[in-house]
Amino acid sequence: MEGRVVFRVIKDHVFKIFVVLCAIISLVPLLLILYYITKNGIAVINWDFFTQLPRPIGESGGGIFNSIVGTIILILLSSILSVPVGIAAGIYLSENKEGKLPNLARLCVVILQGTPSIVLGIVAYVWVVAPVQSFSAISGGIALSIMMLPVIIKTTEETLKLIPYHLKEASLALGVPYYRTILKVILPAGMSGILTGFLLSVARITGETAPLLFTAFGNQFMNYNILKPIDSLPYRIFFYAMSPYPEWHAFAWGASFILVVIVLAFNLIARGISVKWKVQF
Amino acid sequence: MESTILRIEDFSAYFGENQVLKDINLSTSKNLVTALMGPSGCGKTTLIRCVNRMHELIPGARVSGKMYLTNEDVYGMKPIVLRRKIGMVFQKPNPFPTMSIYDNVIAGYKLNGIKLSRDDADTIVEQSLKSAALWNEVKDSLHRKGTFLSGGQQQRLCIARAIAMKPEILLLDEPTSALDPKSTAHIEELIVELKKTQTMLLVTHNIAQAARVSDYTAFLYLGELIEFGPTEKLFTVPKDKRTEEYLTGKFG
Repeated sequence: MEGRVVFRVIKDHVFKIFVVLCAIISLVPLLLILYYITKNGIAVINWDFFTQLPRPIGESGGGIFNSIVGTIILILLSSILSVPVGIAAGIYLSENKEGKLPNLARLCVVILQGTPSIVLGIVAYVWVVAPVQSFSAISGGIALSIMMLPVIIKTTEETLKLIPYHLKEASLALGVPYYRTILKVILPAGMSGILTGFLLSVARITGETAPLLFTAFGNQFMNYNILKPIDSLPYRIFFYAMSPYPEWHAFAWGASFILVVIVLAFNLIARGISVKWKVQF
Repeated sequence: MESTILRIEDFSAYFGENQVLKDINLSTSKNLVTALMGPSGCGKTTLIRCVNRMHELIPGARVSGKMYLTNEDVYGMKPIVLRRKIGMVFQKPNPFPTMSIYDNVIAGYKLNGIKLSRDDADTIVEQSLKSAALWNEVKDSLHRKGTFLSGGQQQRLCIARAIAMKPEILLLDEPTSALDPKSTAHIEELIVELKKTQTMLLVTHNIAQAARVSDYTAFLYLGELIEFGPTEKLFTVPKDKRTEEYLTGKFG
């Protein structure tokens, strides 16, 4: 009897240690990534790196200003395209729990979420790039906005579903029309969740290279025209890392560092908002 | 009777195939509290929700018969117009969580896009909160969120929100069922106070509450209006055997 108890206690300990160990192991890759990127990337980061354009091969110095601006423009474009549609679709799904169209839409969202990003790039190429015979920022924005859609729709739907039904009743009983009830009562109550979902979707697309390869294409010059090819951080990393020049490799590390910091920042802000702006019912 | 506010004639309600209200006839007069009581599932909440047509939110709901609010056909109006004339307070306090106490009180105006001048808004807020006996407790924190208040205070805030619209009738759907005894007593005092100026229809499963605050009482059972009359009479000399059995606690 005594022996069995001791054995069980040991089993218990071994299990606990195993679980903790696995948790630590799962942290290692991220820590290593951060370590390498910081170690290799921090060296090239200075004021010029942020404010200068890439220089031709052979000239030293320069920066990735165009890529940073390009990434910002791409995020803005894809947000403008995906946020209204995504939130509206999320509202529709949360308001219509059953039915043919809602279920079909839900299925599509899941499939869209699982669609490889390069496929979305090809689709945007066929839709936008091929007809007008030109790579463009807008085509990249379209590809990225399709990637953002499922995240925004899903988080909006889940957030709004959690809002108590009695709030809606309170508003309707005051004679407030349905659309105003949704826009002025339900949406504000779910704002933190929706904003969190939006920021996570931005974090998701910021690092995407594949959909941009044959849409936004990349551009070593400064460009603010959304109908022309535009650069982006992930594309610049790809381009520099594939090159045979050590200086460009260093630049790729630097750009990676900035990209990781941006994505990390989006994630942290999203967390902060979901905690701080939480609405108490 | 004196001026009739709400008149219900041969009114039936159905959810799908299910008839939940059977030929109800009822009327209420100005500045009186009418209590609807009965056991769970008797249709009292459905009846009160039919008055401001909130039952229509449930798919498959339909009604027959007539209902008039100060001689206007309730089912001939647009629901949003009707609901602005009728205030409603729910079982669970439901102030708007994103709004301050101040904004909660004038939510009926704000959400409907009715413009109020600063002074008018201030007056409405103060009067409504005073009528709801909440002014003294919150006058220094009008711009804090309404959800920081206690349950009883939140419910009084909801009453203030409803009466701010100056409704012709105020519907109270078991307003104290989610509250502790002290807050309940507070709300009941408030109802008695409010009835000087406000017509009310009160749903309650609490017999004692109906006796304490109402002028008229209706007893519903299985969707039928069993008995309706002055509260004092109904409680002391009920005409129907089922009313007597319910009042003496034999069922319900």
